[in-house]
Amino acid sequence: MNAAQARIPGPTEMLRIQCPHCGCRDETEFRYRGDASISRPLADAGEAAFVHYVYHRNNPKGWHVEWWLHVSGCRAVLRVVRHTVTHEIHSVTLPQEPVDIPWEAR
Amino acid sequence: MREPTTNVKIQLKRTPNVRSDGTDSGDYGLLRLLREGIFGHGGWRPAWHKAQPRAHYRVLVIGGGGQGLATAHALATLHGITDVAVLEKGPIGLGNVGRNTTIIRSNYFHPDNVRFYEHSLQLWEQLERTLNFNVMVSQRGTLNLFHTEAQRDLFTRRANGMRLQDVDAVPLDRKEVKSLVPLVDLDHGRFPVLGGFLQPRGGTVRHDAVAWGYARAASRAGVDIVEHCEVRRIVTAGGRVTGVETTQGFIGADIVCLAVAGHSSTLASTVGLQLPIESHVLQAFVTEAIKPVLDVVLTYGAGHFYISQSDKGGLVFGGHIDGYNTYGQRGTLPMAEEVAAAGLTLLPGLGRVRVLRQWGGVMDMSMDGSPLISRTPIEGLYLNGGWCYGGFKAIPAGGVATAHLIATGEPHAIARHMDLDRFADGRLIDERGAGPYPWAH
Amino acid sequence: MSGSTRLGSGLFDRGTTPIRFRFDGTAYVGRAGDTLAAALLANGVQVVGRSFKYHRRRGIYTAGPEEPCALVTLIDGKQREPNRPATLVPLFDGLVAESQNRWPSLRYDVLSLFGLLSRFLPAGFYYKTFMWPAFAWERLYEPLIRRAAGLGRLQALTTPTTAPAETVHDHTEVLVVGAGPAGLSAAYVLGSTGLRVILAEQDSHLGGGTLLDPAWHAWRTALLARLTCLPNVRIWAQTTVIGAYGHGVYGALESFARTTSAPQTAAPERLHVVRAAATVLATGCVERLIALPGNDLPGVLLAGAALRYLVGHGISAGHRTAVFTNNDEAYSTALEYMRQGSPIEAIIDVREYSPAADRARGAGLTVYAGAKVEAIVGSHCVRAIRVRDREGQRFTLAVDCVLLSGGQTPATALATQLGAELRWSSSMAAFIPDLAPVIGQVAGSTHGVCGLASAVADGISAAERIAATLGLGALQLPPFPPAPNDAPRGDLEPCWEIPGAGAAFVDLQHDVTTADIRLARREGYEHVEHMKRYTTHGMATDQGRIGGLVGNAVLAIARGIDFAEVGQPKARPFLEPVPFAALAGGETGAHFKPKRRLPLHDWHAAAGATFVNAGLWLRPLVYAQDTSWSTVMAEARHVRREVGITDVSSLGKIEVTGSDAAAFLDCLYANTLSTLTMGRCRYGLMLREDGIVLDDGTVARLGKDHFLLTTTTVNAATVLEHLEFHRQTVYPHWDVAITDVGDHWAQFAVAGPLSRALLSEILENTDLSNAAFPFMAAAGVRVAGIPGRLFRISFSGELAYEVAVPARHALGVWSTLIALGTPMGLKPYGLDALNTLRIEKGHMTGAELNGQTTASDLGLGRLCKAHGDYIGATLRRRPALNGGTRLELVGVRPIDGEQRLRNGTHLLDPDSGASLGFVTSATPATEQVGWVGLALLSGGHARHGQRLIATAPIHDETYAVDITSPHHLDPENTRVRG
Repeated sequence: MNAAQARIPGPTEMLRIQCPHCGCRDETEFRYRGDASISRPLADAGEAAFVHYVYHRNNPKGWHVEWWLHVSGCRAVLRVVRHTVTHEIHSVTLPQEPVDIPWEAR
Repeated sequence: MREPTTNVKIQLKRTPNVRSDGTDSGDYGLLRLLREGIFGHGGWRPAWHKAQPRAHYRVLVIGGGGQGLATAHALATLHGITDVAVLEKGPIGLGNVGRNTTIIRSNYFHPDNVRFYEHSLQLWEQLERTLNFNVMVSQRGTLNLFHTEAQRDLFTRRANGMRLQDVDAVPLDRKEVKSLVPLVDLDHGRFPVLGGFLQPRGGTVRHDAVAWGYARAASRAGVDIVEHCEVRRIVTAGGRVTGVETTQGFIGADIVCLAVAGHSSTLASTVGLQLPIESHVLQAFVTEAIKPVLDVVLTYGAGHFYISQSDKGGLVFGGHIDGYNTYGQRGTLPMAEEVAAAGLTLLPGLGRVRVLRQWGGVMDMSMDGSPLISRTPIEGLYLNGGWCYGGFKAIPAGGVATAHLIATGEPHAIARHMDLDRFADGRLIDERGAGPYPWAH
Repeated sequence: MSGSTRLGSGLFDRGTTPIRFRFDGTAYVGRAGDTLAAALLANGVQVVGRSFKYHRRRGIYTAGPEEPCALVTLIDGKQREPNRPATLVPLFDGLVAESQNRWPSLRYDVLSLFGLLSRFLPAGFYYKTFMWPAFAWERLYEPLIRRAAGLGRLQALTTPTTAPAETVHDHTEVLVVGAGPAGLSAAYVLGSTGLRVILAEQDSHLGGGTLLDPAWHAWRTALLARLTCLPNVRIWAQTTVIGAYGHGVYGALESFARTTSAPQTAAPERLHVVRAAATVLATGCVERLIALPGNDLPGVLLAGAALRYLVGHGISAGHRTAVFTNNDEAYSTALEYMRQGSPIEAIIDVREYSPAADRARGAGLTVYAGAKVEAIVGSHCVRAIRVRDREGQRFTLAVDCVLLSGGQTPATALATQLGAELRWSSSMAAFIPDLAPVIGQVAGSTHGVCGLASAVADGISAAERIAATLGLGALQLPPFPPAPNDAPRGDLEPCWEIPGAGAAFVDLQHDVTTADIRLARREGYEHVEHMKRYTTHGMATDQGRIGGLVGNAVLAIARGIDFAEVGQPKARPFLEPVPFAALAGGETGAHFKPKRRLPLHDWHAAAGATFVNAGLWLRPLVYAQDTSWSTVMAEARHVRREVGITDVSSLGKIEVTGSDAAAFLDCLYANTLSTLTMGRCRYGLMLREDGIVLDDGTVARLGKDHFLLTTTTVNAATVLEHLEFHRQTVYPHWDVAITDVGDHWAQFAVAGPLSRALLSEILENTDLSNAAFPFMAAAGVRVAGIPGRLFRISFSGELAYEVAVPARHALGVWSTLIALGTPMGLKPYGLDALNTLRIEKGHMTGAELNGQTTASDLGLGRLCKAHGDYIGATLRRRPALNGGTRLELVGVRPIDGEQRLRNGTHLLDPDSGASLGFVTSATPATEQVGWVGLALLSGGHARHGQRLIATAPIHDETYAVDITSPHHLDPENTRVRG
């Protein structure tokens, strides 16, 4: 292992999330709600589709689109694009807004 | 650079205990230690062979952590399958097996989980003889405190269930809690302690030694332990596994077993599999060493906090997972504050004890909080994962059960419930009733 | 007698008043401004502790937080604070300290026996033995090991030992870490631009390296004067940045020096959570040791530390001192010793040549260049050194003090936590961090810059780069005071170990020797993390600051690889050990979690209620201090026979409004709610998407597009979140608004056969007849003059109503109800009685809605819509969630009326003895003999009428029970509809 490899994958650990309504807030104000890249299947999609929706996850090591509920703030559900190794936050949007994903994750 | 030569003369008089692969051939024990001591310890040789991978193996175990090493060890020693390699991307034993709070216990609600973890506990009880390596299993007892009547009822149900399976469980009243752990403040916390349940056979283990002991024993049994060999991709042909693509090239295999904890999803995705697993970080902490003050593994019932004291004297403690998908093995400040607040509420006398380090491990949180020892839709690909934060205590049984599944094609009797199909069928093993939210388990 | 002594005054002195203190029971006198370590040195106390493993005598090795040896326990009345580095403890009058890890005394320590046996106790010896006999590990070996290990002793107190710590949240543009020449300069430049700056310095004195060079005193004084004039610059001394957590968040621990032995009222520390846009890391370097035999003897210390004791405190560490170095820095110490008249016997320098050696010779010092100290000799403390000179000649010098200097290691921990790349600097023989500019800059000696003037320049350029990153453009530099130039400087020659006979230590606290590291390597523990874990190198309280790199270098040499390749273990938080109390802050003990009090809390308390925790709520359990079953049953029976009132304000209450509200609720509840008529309530069952029951409650339709939901107390927040999440992500285009009104409304249940009569008296103009206000009716009412709401719902199984009024009117309305109702027999009842009533009725709470049960399990399958989509509709139909051996809700009664039924009791198949389920809730019956309960039982719906065995091994109870319907009382619902 050389020094470059010895580098701790950083740079960030503790999250601060830019709420579009409330401003930049600590992670402790939010409740995580998981993967936002999956949508609830239509009613007639069948059991397999719902099993997939409820249980199966990409769980990427990299950019992750996810829901955060601002429970101690405006109670908005936010769609956050965050890197699961560096914790860099690329974008924060409301559910009805188009999601902004880094080019390398597309 | 030149190695300083302090003991050269003495070493020449000794024939080291060397196997053909250069590893140590002798058994560990007091006499050996005394003999080596007299001769300046020149006779010790590597505990496990650092193998170069061969072109093909019958079984490849990916992940040189506790589960992977124990699986390889069980394949070799219980099933006679020695054409096995463990592939580890770095040095062995530096994942969750080397960064947990070292607790072993078998106090579970679900009868199948009790059976599995109790089997594991029994294997722990004889592990130093199985491995000829002292992993310092210390059955000092695990004590779960309760703070509400609802909690007491749940623990009562659990303890009764355990006793019906001949597993030890002892209810303690407040006085008994206090006499076992004088540091506990029964009364002044936000949620006073109403009592506790003790599993006397629970305890702690020296975690690093588990990886090393299994590696040494597996290596001695003929398993190749290949370090610094990162698997980039699982290779299949016609729906069945043919090998893996690694940083050291392609390695062929009839069977590939994933035992990579928080990295299960990443590797499974290389063959298009999505798993019911998310990776979350669990933090742990250790204090400076002090003389013994806590002779039991203690868990707080009104907050996420559990603590024990290592043989070195450091208080090892942890809390809840951070609650969002993470692959960073690091700690955060809010969690440190929350865990310390819970700890100090329960044990106010620790106020001046100093916390030395915080760190994190990437947990493979399954969607119902229980583990997976299972076939996968890819023929020849097996999964050992979804351990949540229970993987350490499960190492001996997890290895035995995974090896059994690989060797016989049938699930081991203690792990029948741990298959992947249970999610589609609805056979959930949700100990806490937390639902399909991995961050809530 | 040791050679350390006070020669004169020092920079850190604060007057000459004698300060009295005790160490191991002996009284000593120090000086204001001393640390405990300085005062011990001034008193000639050389041995201050015993090492961790071999119990070797150890002295003071350093002058800062890197101290591995001089750890003491501070004693304050009953309280003991273990493991404090004496180098960090400011002296105060009356201080009491004790040495550690020795018994019976520091001088005669029984376990120093381990030192004699050390050849049989190499690294990892315990993994190879203590395996026989099997029982002996826990009973014999482990207790011995545990007693021998550890360091200080803690008093097992259970009262908080200090005032609650403070946690302070700070915001700033730039956090400058380290107030040496680089940090001071950077803070000055950035502060002059008007940016908010926090300058955090671990030391109690600002200045870093400038403190130790008298030529820099004027510069430092002038710069500090200018800096303190800047109102936007906050300067925190004695504040260690303990971790860098990303997103600009840093933890910093500010310590307050104790100045008196009087009882402490304020917290000794404060935790800062700093949020900064950028950072300057000017954290300096730590001097490292050289591994050689005897390098742990009392009387050996690092050269830089010795300089600090001399310049700062006027203390010389020896009468006859030798210096062993591989660099120029150590010469400053030798020259200052000479200047102050403390004899330097010799400087032994591994290098052939350096400018500093010339300067030293010119000043009259003896320098052996190209020479080595092969061993430091002495039984209890330093007596002599064995030197081998350039020509290979060996000779012995009698000395009482050895100053070691193996070079300077940059403090890289914060930088690496921020993702800095580490590169090996061969000129420093150490790793130097490169930080991403967007996060901040590394400056000064941490950055590999040598010399104080160069550090100033580097600090200025770091500040300029920060300003550019923050978009400030070109800076007008503020005027700096004149500064001396750096002297010409020779390169360091790496020197990690002088091999020889005898233990050469790299980790002085954990007693790790170079032989241990080579043994680890020989046994295959050759990765730096394996070596660390096998030998415990660098894992002690000092985190291996002075010997960590040395041990890693020994490993690299043994492996025959580069230092850069061997790497180093990750530096995790915390940079300095942090007391539990400081991390915990104020939210501990009784304040660990909030207390939620009902609007009527004070009334309940005055009425003699015993409270119980229900989640965060405090609810009246029973209106008596006696919480036995007889009191509870008296309350419950009164409700069954007459009328009672109970406070249910903690229930979750959520209003759902909008033109799509009805459709939304149909999607969120398993049963249909859109068909609910206005002015009526309906039971509502909510599932998770996986088909398991999430919560239940009532839904009242107050208007066409206006619904009021209640939730269970514990699930109030979960349900609100569940509704919001689905409204915003699954049904974002629907016209629905969700309002949490849980705290806005107080709610009381009035229950019992007399409830209608009573409420008819009290409510104004309200017809409560069955025809006008039937079961499950809802209406707006005026109660005691207050507009409120009335619901005819029943959890108790009796004729019952729930009255809701705005929370601010709770006391008035409740008091009116009590005053008017008491003559008619109205009595308050608590949570336990409520529980008894609902168990008899077969109503469920958290014990049954446990996150594992389905609607069918609970006998509510018929409620679920057969068609149409709702959350949980699809997955609740999975095969294993229906029928078979599912645990289903049943009633249970012991056949013996005297037999108590306990929660958590298991129910066994009488034939096989297998556990089929367990009792979830149990109570004595109100109107029948004996106990009744609810249970979750495998295939339970088909087992009504069966007789099973109940067993509770932990209570040593086994008895027969009958399985029944869960509705023990009034299964036809005649009472509630009465």
